[in-house]
Order: sequence, then structure tokens, then C-alpha cells
Amino acid sequence: MPEKLEWTRKDLLGLEDLSKEEIELILHTAESFKEVSERSVKKVPALRGKTVVNLFFESSTRTRTSFELAAKRLSADIVNIAMQASSVSKGETFKDTAKNIEAMKIDIIIMRHAASGAPYMLARSVKSSVINAGDGSHEHPTQGLLDIFTMKQKKGKIKGLKVSIVGDITHSRVARSNIWGLNKLGAEVTVCGPKTLIPVDIEKLGVNVKYDLRDALKDADVVNILRIQHERQQRGLFPSLREYVNRFGINKDVLRCAKKDIIIMHPGPINRGVEITPEVADGPQSVILEQVTNGIAVRMAVLYLIAQRRGQ
Amino acid sequence: MKILIKSGHVVDPVNKIDAEMDILIEDGKIEAVSKNIKTAAAEVIDAKGKIVTPGLIDMHAHLREPGREDEETLLTASKAAVKGGFSSICAMPNTTPPADNQGVVGFISSEGKRIGLSNIYVIGTITKGRQGQELAEFGELKTAGVVALSDDGSSVENSEIMRRALEYAGMYNLPIIAHCEDKTLSKDGVMNEGFISTLLGLRGIPAISESARVARELELCAMTKGKLHIAHVSTKRSVELIRDAKKRGLTVTCETCPHYFTLTDEAVKQSGFDTNTKMNPPLRAQEDREAVKQALRDGTIDCIATDHAPHTEDEKDTDFDTAPFGIIGLETALSLVIMELLDKKILNWAGLVEKMSINPSRILGLNKGTLSKASDADIAIIDPNKEWQVTKDTLESKSKNTPFLGRTLKGMAVAVITEGRVVYKV
Repeated sequence: MPEKLEWTRKDLLGLEDLSKEEIELILHTAESFKEVSERSVKKVPALRGKTVVNLFFESSTRTRTSFELAAKRLSADIVNIAMQASSVSKGETFKDTAKNIEAMKIDIIIMRHAASGAPYMLARSVKSSVINAGDGSHEHPTQGLLDIFTMKQKKGKIKGLKVSIVGDITHSRVARSNIWGLNKLGAEVTVCGPKTLIPVDIEKLGVNVKYDLRDALKDADVVNILRIQHERQQRGLFPSLREYVNRFGINKDVLRCAKKDIIIMHPGPINRGVEITPEVADGPQSVILEQVTNGIAVRMAVLYLIAQRRGQ
Repeated sequence: MKILIKSGHVVDPVNKIDAEMDILIEDGKIEAVSKNIKTAAAEVIDAKGKIVTPGLIDMHAHLREPGREDEETLLTASKAAVKGGFSSICAMPNTTPPADNQGVVGFISSEGKRIGLSNIYVIGTITKGRQGQELAEFGELKTAGVVALSDDGSSVENSEIMRRALEYAGMYNLPIIAHCEDKTLSKDGVMNEGFISTLLGLRGIPAISESARVARELELCAMTKGKLHIAHVSTKRSVELIRDAKKRGLTVTCETCPHYFTLTDEAVKQSGFDTNTKMNPPLRAQEDREAVKQALRDGTIDCIATDHAPHTEDEKDTDFDTAPFGIIGLETALSLVIMELLDKKILNWAGLVEKMSINPSRILGLNKGTLSKASDADIAIIDPNKEWQVTKDTLESKSKNTPFLGRTLKGMAVAVITEGRVVYKV
């Protein structure tokens, strides 16, 4: 059925904008690309001759590498540009960035920025396609997609699936993208974390809100664990990492009240011993490394669909 | 020098006039307001089908000169003001250097007179350098001609300093205009804290950062009996606190701005993170917008001011977190008041004149806001149905940072008279 649907968007900026069918199209496409990474010659010519740029205003080795491998396995030409976004400088004008990109005739820009909304502003000013690789606390659509892909592979379907997202929800673009995608596909989402790290009115998105970890885990099929940042403690949002770990840290003990077949997910990089213990991260329920593998397949699918789009 | 304004619908609430009348101006003063005035040797302005009111007064604008002439100059601000229908505007003192001394105040004042379009009144600072530490020399500022005092852009964080400011200013009969914001609550916020900021992943400025500070200022006002004026009221709770304070007889007045009764925080999302929806206080939730409109209707809010805050295109052409706060407003205010308040029956024309002329004049002691005989001939002639498109070319302001770019607005001034001089005519 997804075969009939064609991808028509210039950009992929967020999962909020996508329909259920568009998400399913990406997931279906990702399945075929997963196989490419299993081959000895990990290459298909789909994006041969296309120019792709990783435009990262926020440093990231993992996401950048994942996109780079995805582009290269599709035979695209990819360049990494690390933009300096220092707190001292005023901030790049999007007009300048856009003009330079147009001048270099770039087909697809993969953009990560510390400020929510930045890729939207760039996408408006360029003919090139823009893929959001994470904007501030707003969205990280390919992470959301690979998380959902992983859940689907392990659990068979998303509809009715009980997913708990644990951690600093307020500052998490991963949480928001997960919520959009999972809601559209019919999952039941619970967010769990300290009250000071759960944003105002989030229940209006149709998610359950719990402040007790065991309560959030007990019926969950999936737990997606978010990284806790020390910087948030500095801002007075919670008293100490120690207290956070005591109350919200995922360890073997706390998992005793969860279902035996619960899967453990984390967008990475993990803080061993903070939000997740090493034995859980490396344990049999963890699918964290599969997320990484699936990430390349999903990103190949996104690049492929955007490059294929009508009129391109 | 005689001017005769013929057949306009004159709205002069102080003199209880709301009818078709002629107005005769002579030597900068109102000579007569009555039907069928016959006179010789006068410049005649045909105001048939137009509304004629006492000159509009904007008591809150950032004119940027001295210091940021790249954003706006007193000249470009004056042109924008008269285009917006204002015969008087007030310059907020957060210039570089700030208006905390007679030198800067004198400069702005005399430049304004030299340009000769809108009257430009100067608001002095509350504290030296707007640093919030020491009181500025109110006596010197009063002599230099300031009409009010404000550290606008910032709140006076230290309650003791604000108390002393209200006491000391009382001696000079100067109102203190309070920008109400608790910076520890608003911190790195860039838009209203609420469902929209949650969706967009942007740091929020909670409504209480304004209302908690309003509460403090009202307590200080009650204690000192100083003249307090709350700037740019944007929240439901602020409105409720001020309404209650007025019932108790406190000497407090307040203003709001057109964007707070026209837009909500939804605009940030709908516009796709357009930085022209970023200002401080931020666009609030729908319930705040409704409360502001109700407060205009019941008189809790005394004035409509623009908080005109020009920024260059380059400054605003960056991400939402980094872009400076502020939008221009001199040229769009009148249209928005007509479209959002008059057409929607929240105010009538008399109400518009109260909010945009009578009350600002009274609060600042300007002796304007009426068409009484011998008063200053400051007059606005308004076509309530004339449409105009807001574009970079149609805007007189040097900066173009308005969320209404591209929109067609309805209602505009077709002539403005300042002290008997026609300073704008379409």
C-alpha cells in the first residue's frame, strides 16, 4: 500500500508535519535499505551525482557519521561543514548561509542547530532540500523515525504499543519527535521525569504524565531513556545528579517491576551509571546498538525519498 | 495662519462632541469647533467622510537616536509617527547614551523640534545609566523637560530603589513607567511559556514574571502614593491585579499595545518561528488576549501605546533564540485598533480617543487630548475604511520588523496636524 504514496515534500523538518502514511512510507523504504548495510559491497547508486552537505551548527559525531555513511552508501557526494556557533558572535544571518549554499548548487542540506526553528528558517530561503538533524529542543525527526522503526522490528506493530519516555522531556527534541510519530501510529505514550523537567501542558498532546518511574515502567512494552545533562542541574531544575539517578535511573532492580519482554532504548550517547546502568545498557533487553544500525537504514530511506521526489 | 477642516465627523469626548463639525485653527491653536464655519484666507482641508479627533499620542516608543541610528533616527521615527496618525510621541530613554542627563534629553528634545513633524517628548531614566543601582537626577531631568521616568527594557530589580523612585518622583509630579518583569523567572525565555512553547521547544517566559512584578509595584504604589504607570500589560493576571488596585483607589494607570489584543503565542508557530513575532513581553495565550480586550472595554487599561522597537533586518535574520526582542508599531497601531477594537465593538471612537489621546495626555501632564478653544491644534484626520498594504516600501520606519508584513490593513490617518502645522497629508 505504501508503494502507491509518493514523497512530495521538499524538506523533512519534523514529524509533526507528516501524515501516518508518510511515516509508514519511510519505515517501509528503510526496510529495504537495511539489507544494503548487510552486504559486503555496501553501495547502491541511487544518489549518484547528488551533492549532500552536513551543516552542523552543534557538534555531533554520531548523527553526523550516521548521515555521512547513509549518503555514501547511496553513492552521494557528501561534505561536512562544522559551523562555529559561538556565544560571542551575533549569529549567522540565514540570508548569508542560504546564498552561499545556493551558489554551491547543493541538493540536500542536513542541518543541526542549537536553536529551535533554525532549519525552518533556512528551508524557507533555499531551493535545496533541508533535513532537520536536530533543532534545539524542537524535533529530531530521523531519530524519532529510527526509534519507531526499531520498535516495529522488535514488537511487530506500533498501534496499541505502550511506550514510556523517561528523562528530561522539556529539553528533548527526541521526546517530541517520538511523541508525534508514535501518536500518529496509534501508540500509547507516557512521559516520566522530575516535574521540573516535564514541560507545561504536555498532556494536551495526548500523553500520560507520570512522576514515578516504577509506575511508568510497569505496563510498558518499550522504555526510551533520555540523556540527563549536568547543565540542567546547574540551572536549578533538580538538586543533584545523585537524586536524579536514585529516582529515575534505570537499573536491574527497577526493571523487576516491568514486563520481561520490555525493550530498552536510548538515543545515545549514554551516560553509563547515570540515567542507565552498564548492565542494563549491555543487557539482553537493550536494543541500543540496533538503533544505531537502524539509524543508517532510516537515513538512507529519507535521503532516497527526498532525492526521488517529483520535480527534483 | 488659518486652517479650516470642513465637514469631518468630529469626536471630542472631553467636550462631548460626536458629530459632523468644522474646525478652525489659527496660529497653532483651536479657534472654533462648530457647524458651517465661514472664514476667509484659510487653507481648507475637506474631511467629509473622515473621522477627526484630537491628536493621537504614543506614550511608549523607542526612537533609537542617539546610538542606534542604523535601526531608526529621530527623523525616520517622526515620519513613521505622522504616517501612523500620531502628532505626539514619547521617546523611551534606553538610548546610547541613555537619557539620564540633561544633555541627552536636551538633544532629543531640540532635534524633535527641529524636525517639526510629531511633538517628541522625552522620558528620562529612573536610575543612572539604567543600571538599577542609583536614582537618576529627577530634578535635573524635570528641568530638562522629561514628561515621565522609566528604565523600560528592564525592571528596577531592587525593590528599595523602586520604592525611593516612586517617593522621590512624587515631588516632581512625574509618573514612573514600570516595565514589569522578574528576570529570575523570565531568564533565557524567548516566548510565552505555555502549550505553544512546549510544542516548539522554545524556552518560555511565564506570565507570572510580569504579574508578580506588577504585584510588587502595586504594593509600592499603595505605600508611597506615587504615580505609577504600568507599561505594556500583556497578561490576564496583571489586568486582574490592576483592576483590583484601582478599586482600592491606588494612583496607578496602565497601557497595552496592539499586538497583545491582536495576536497570541500561536503566531510564533503559525509563522514558522518568524522572529518578527518575538518581543518582550511576549505574545501571550488566548485567555490573556481576551482579558486585555475586556480591560480596554471596562477602562482598567487606560492607554494604547505602540512600544515601537526597531531592529535592522540583519539583526532579526537569525534564529529565534538569538534574535533581539521587539517589533515596530507606529504605523500599524491605528489600523489594528480600528480592525480589532472598533470593528469588533470593543471600543467606539470616543473610546479610541480616550485610550490614544485623552488618557496619555492626562497621565503625562501634556494638556492635550481635546479640541477646546485655545488648546494646541493637534489633530488627526482618519479614514476608517482606507486599506493599505504593509510592505518594506510602504513603511516609513527605517526598520521593517513587523509581523504584519505582507498583510493588508484597514484604517489610516489621511492628515495629521501638529500645533497648527499640517505635518502629514496623503
